Amino acid sequence: MLVSIYRYNPQTDDKPVMRDIEVEIPGGKDLMILDVLELAKRKDSSIAYRRSCREGVCGSDGMNMNGRNGLACITPLSDTVKPGQKLVLRPLPGLPVIRDLVVDMSIFYKQYEKVKPYLINDEPPPTIERLQSPEDRAQLDGLYECILCACCSTNCPSFWWNPDKFIGPAGLLQAYRFLADSRDTATAERLAGLNDPFSVFRCRGVMSCAAVCPKGLNPTRAIGHIRAMLIRQGT
Amino acid sequence: MKGMRSLDFDAAIVGGGGAGLRAALQLTQSGYKTAVISKVFPTRSHTVSAQGGITCAIGSDDPNDDWRWHMYDTVKGSDYIGDQDAIEYMCSEGPQTVFELEHMGLPFSRTETGRIYQRAFGGQSKDYGKGGQAVRTCAAADRTGHALLHTLYQANLKNNTVFLNEWYGTDLVKNQDGVVVGLIVICIETGETVFVNSRATVFATGGAGRIFASTTNALINTGDGLGMALRAGYPVQDIEMWQFHPTGIYGAGTLVTEGSRGEGGYLINKDGERFMERYAPNAKDLAGRDVVARSMVLEILEGRGCGEHGDHVLLKLDHLGEAVLNSKLPGILELSRTFAHVDPVTDPIPVVPTCHYMMGGIPTNINGQAINQNRDGEDEIVEGFFAVGETACVSVHGANRLGGNSLLDLVVFGRATGKYIQQELRQGVERRRATESDIEQAMTRLTRLNESGSGENVAALRSELQNVMQNHFGVFRKGEFMQEGIEKLDALRGRIAKVQLEDKSQIFNTARIEALELENLFEVAEATAIAAEARTESRGAHARDDYRERDDENWLCHSMYFPEDKRVGKRAVNFSPKTLETFEPQIRTY
Amino acid sequence: MVSRVTNLGRSGLFHWLVQRFSAVILGAYMLCILGSTLLSPEMDYAHWQAVFDSNLMRVFSLITLLALCAHAWIGMWTVSTDYLTDLQLGTRATFIRLLFQAGCALLIAVYMLWGIQILWSI
Repeated sequence: MLVSIYRYNPQTDDKPVMRDIEVEIPGGKDLMILDVLELAKRKDSSIAYRRSCREGVCGSDGMNMNGRNGLACITPLSDTVKPGQKLVLRPLPGLPVIRDLVVDMSIFYKQYEKVKPYLINDEPPPTIERLQSPEDRAQLDGLYECILCACCSTNCPSFWWNPDKFIGPAGLLQAYRFLADSRDTATAERLAGLNDPFSVFRCRGVMSCAAVCPKGLNPTRAIGHIRAMLIRQGT
Repeated sequence: MKGMRSLDFDAAIVGGGGAGLRAALQLTQSGYKTAVISKVFPTRSHTVSAQGGITCAIGSDDPNDDWRWHMYDTVKGSDYIGDQDAIEYMCSEGPQTVFELEHMGLPFSRTETGRIYQRAFGGQSKDYGKGGQAVRTCAAADRTGHALLHTLYQANLKNNTVFLNEWYGTDLVKNQDGVVVGLIVICIETGETVFVNSRATVFATGGAGRIFASTTNALINTGDGLGMALRAGYPVQDIEMWQFHPTGIYGAGTLVTEGSRGEGGYLINKDGERFMERYAPNAKDLAGRDVVARSMVLEILEGRGCGEHGDHVLLKLDHLGEAVLNSKLPGILELSRTFAHVDPVTDPIPVVPTCHYMMGGIPTNINGQAINQNRDGEDEIVEGFFAVGETACVSVHGANRLGGNSLLDLVVFGRATGKYIQQELRQGVERRRATESDIEQAMTRLTRLNESGSGENVAALRSELQNVMQNHFGVFRKGEFMQEGIEKLDALRGRIAKVQLEDKSQIFNTARIEALELENLFEVAEATAIAAEARTESRGAHARDDYRERDDENWLCHSMYFPEDKRVGKRAVNFSPKTLETFEPQIRTY
Repeated sequence: MVSRVTNLGRSGLFHWLVQRFSAVILGAYMLCILGSTLLSPEMDYAHWQAVFDSNLMRVFSLITLLALCAHAWIGMWTVSTDYLTDLQLGTRATFIRLLFQAGCALLIAVYMLWGIQILWSI
């Protein structure tokens, strides 16, 4: 099958191009996109992309496949292209490209770090674990599973416009993960850090994030919860 | 090397998985200038794939649970070549280490009383094997590794650890005294090569499951630390011991946690028979992993395998009900729907034993200090060089690791190593700086690769290597067949040394990294092959058709593979725990 | 926390609430006008003037006018900080954005004053 890949090596290329490569799919199997890429790399070892776990839990191989963000390792061909169609692979949109399908994620990580993504509780811990009821723990489901693949944030128009000021869906999901944790005591401090016109409020609720999350998470809902907490605290 | 930058750290930790991050946290908190060098962004490390949990006697499920029982299980699971002082340390320090993780924010699942949820895992017992199945594995649903790795990364962010993400270590640098003083590192993004000079170099580079064609391991598990250590002339211990996990998804190799059997799932053959009842009447599907994996292969070999080719068995989970599966095993549902096209709520998952874990590695003591042997066969500490996690062999897993013990190994010894280095740094170690020729020595391999002319393709050679290992050194091994495998590897060595690097560009050149990884894979594969052939017995994960029995008289010891003369030696197992009596070797049944 | 002079020193929450409240006022006013138009079949100048002659209607219109201005200012400020950024326009962005915002502010101020004048000249 024909695979069209976004190619750019800043050392040799003036500008990026889409280059086609023919890949034979063994036995016409319904491979994952990552497997197709590995086959392509056997023919042309200069194709650059990230990959690690190849089972959708490490978040390395987020990319844009025929117009849709996702993880290459758990996206089957059959979900991406119709028979006879070309497979089109591009880097995640909205972030600077380092080379080919590899994007510079520094700004994405910076937004993540901004929300203080760690438990804050200055009370001395007990000699065993801090207790937490199953109901309180259930508040963290749908939040802690984020793998930082950036599929959501790079699918978000607000993040495209203000990647340096709008925290973006991935970071905000983690902001809420700690706001929702019954063991965290820094709620006021966290909310104060989010109450400017950009960090949270640039979310327009278009739900592009939830539409592409490979883990089925819903950052828009988490952002709604944060906004509700801000309203409760600020009014 | 002229014009080469050097970076100075008190401690350089190579690898950003659970062990590396735990060690880094310890050191950063103590104020020492610590860097984590990781070839991937830390949360992409393979720890993230660990599912079932972290085994530890925290007394949540059973308030009377005892770390000594956990120790007994681990010693027995190791088939008696786990070092008892190290196992004692791990099991007794475990609870404190797990509580620390919880205090950092790890989102463990909870019991009704608010404590950490524990589930049953294979090889667990109460009262030294006499009190039935124990429930000892602390879990965050079936995403414990993910939760643990992210929590540790977050704790490091909180403490401002220096991260060199997407930097790749190529070779160790030793000074004129033969002391490890750092390593050569490539910044993948820019292609710049840098000398990292550090007072303590800690390898936390993980396993090397990619030496096999079929593995649950991530694509990045290429044994980089082992490759570097072997090239520097250091030995590896028990490297023939490779765990085959009973339940890798057939065809894809992705892991289905042992926790799925802990929650009540079981294996069936083509007749629908729960065959583990025959092989392990007491523990059944929760026997040691080596036992279950071998039983599965026997079922398949005796014609009771499932599917068109009769080459796998089935893992039945549907009887647990959708609610339990959704709350306790959500990740497994996802994985089997994606990779096996099977919904466990209604249908069993096709599974097959798949290479999963390397019990062997760089021999270390409890402080993580790497160990070499002198000419008289006595232990000798390698100055400045440490190893933790899967790449190390402390040894707490011996010939077979128990499920849930790897995450515990990572955090307990990551922490212990951090503490030890902290102490050493406080006492003020000074080492002679590497000279230019020391560094040049370490650069030989990289220079050769960068100047490579025509040769073979990396991917093709890698596949060939993986197939040799899969066919000749799998679940069941046989002397002559292994010798044949060793010959094939011997032929591969020269070809791999001349591998061709077509793309010599600088920026994010993954082809270069893959070529360097291939050499590491080869080093580990060769060590595995030679050590496996030398161990003339069956013990734990090492099962030989031509030596079916355990041979305590000759082999109740560690194997040591010395790379310089490709010799296999022996090293005594520790049988002297500090606070309790020795667990004497017994016949191992489940 | 990101703050700027041109957001008038207010929090994101304040902006968000103002946008919602002003929208409600605008909606209510529209319904009111629509209702009065539909309820009186003969819509002529006299009737129209009578409607606006009451003080209640005048105050309501004034509040709506203020709400419209606030709504427009926050909206245009947001649009300008979304699209007229360094990322889109490079180093000239700040100048262009300030120019745009000044233009919007001026226009809104003119509309507001003009609106008030109209309301009280009836």
